[in-house]
Amino acid sequence: MAKVTYNGQIVDTDADTSLLEALLAQGCEIPNSCRAGACQSCLMQATKGEIPAQAQAGLKETLKAQGYLLACRCYPHQDMEVRLPVSGAVRIPVTVIEEDMLATDVKRVRVRPEADFVYRPGQYVTLWCDARLGRSYSLASVPGRDDHLEMHIKLVPDGRMSRWVHEHLHVGDRLLLQGPAGNCFYVPGAPQQNLLLAGTGTGLAPLYGIAKDALRAGHQGDIYLLHGAPEPSGLYLREELSALARAHENFRYISCVLVSDGPLPEGIQLGAIDELALGVAPSLAGWKIYLCGVPQLVNQLRKKIFLAGARINDIYADPFLSVADARKAAA
Amino acid sequence: MANLFERLGGEAAVNQAVENFYRKVLTDDRISHFFSDVDMDRQIAKQKGFLTMVFGGPNNYTGKDLREGHRHLVAKGLNDGHVDAVIELLGETLKELRAAEEDIKEVAAIAESVRDDVLNR
Repeated sequence: MAKVTYNGQIVDTDADTSLLEALLAQGCEIPNSCRAGACQSCLMQATKGEIPAQAQAGLKETLKAQGYLLACRCYPHQDMEVRLPVSGAVRIPVTVIEEDMLATDVKRVRVRPEADFVYRPGQYVTLWCDARLGRSYSLASVPGRDDHLEMHIKLVPDGRMSRWVHEHLHVGDRLLLQGPAGNCFYVPGAPQQNLLLAGTGTGLAPLYGIAKDALRAGHQGDIYLLHGAPEPSGLYLREELSALARAHENFRYISCVLVSDGPLPEGIQLGAIDELALGVAPSLAGWKIYLCGVPQLVNQLRKKIFLAGARINDIYADPFLSVADARKAAA
Repeated sequence: MANLFERLGGEAAVNQAVENFYRKVLTDDRISHFFSDVDMDRQIAKQKGFLTMVFGGPNNYTGKDLREGHRHLVAKGLNDGHVDAVIELLGETLKELRAAEEDIKEVAAIAESVRDDVLNR
């Protein structure tokens, strides 16, 4: 018999009772529906103890890597601690150590955390400029390689946070940072699988982090990174990415724009990113896909790529919601 | 004799069928607009629940769940024609999996049995 701790309560389970049943029997309120491992309503996260493999069947690799499980399929064989998925991690102080402009409206900000901070490149954090104003940004840095966290912050018209970052943020400033969150990151274990990373604007930040993470892990399959912008001034880090492509035979960098006034600088293609993405291979079946950037593009591309043969569980999408988008989604 | 779910190949068959079924649903002009919600991960989990149920697999859905789960779609005009389309696509999916004609009929009958709950009448 295993004991499971949830919300300060200790619940006994036995071989015939699922974690979900045991928690419900104790009066705990756990969302659930099919109770057969299909609907994923009863998703929980283990913070301690070994997770039975069956409890993670069908989950995305990045969820498994973070200890998520389905309570209805979980028959604990040893003591565990579980919780419902949470987003509200504690805020830790960080110090700005570097800031520079990557494009006319994109500022790179590097901060050093003043406490242990565990994350995976491609996840996002919420950066707070004061107690009430905070926005989410993805991480382009790689733990173990960089001792700082790197964010790419685009100046949004009428955006309070981004305006503050672009006009008032300086090296030496202390801010609060919360997180990480998000399931868009590299998971080792399938080194031969081809990867397609596609994004627009500052969607490049998480993709750059994921690409470096994969290369650092010795990924052997092809890695395509596609970066799109309305016009050439929106593309950035072109030299770094081209250098990465020269250094790694299996890494390819493709940048594209929708319109251009004059002749395009070498290496930039004219065209829509979704067409280029679907054109990297005759079929995307078996590929792992990462999509980041404006929601409309990410959601469209996810559907097109799924219809082009990629498995849903192999598509990791991170649509960057604006404050207005997020309010609409919550309404 | 094995039950329907086992004959169809159990959970492995559901896993194999669900993506093909969802691709059909997303590209069928009769019903694709009901699936314009952008959270594809959630949608495919729901499809998996649905397929598990109509394949005769273990599930705990009740008529009440099905009514509540589809009420917002009925408000958007979900009707018998749409249910017919879903059952048709289900049959196509099963044919591609080389399921027996009898089993396909049995699956359609299970889907048929929840029609009134789905349509909230």
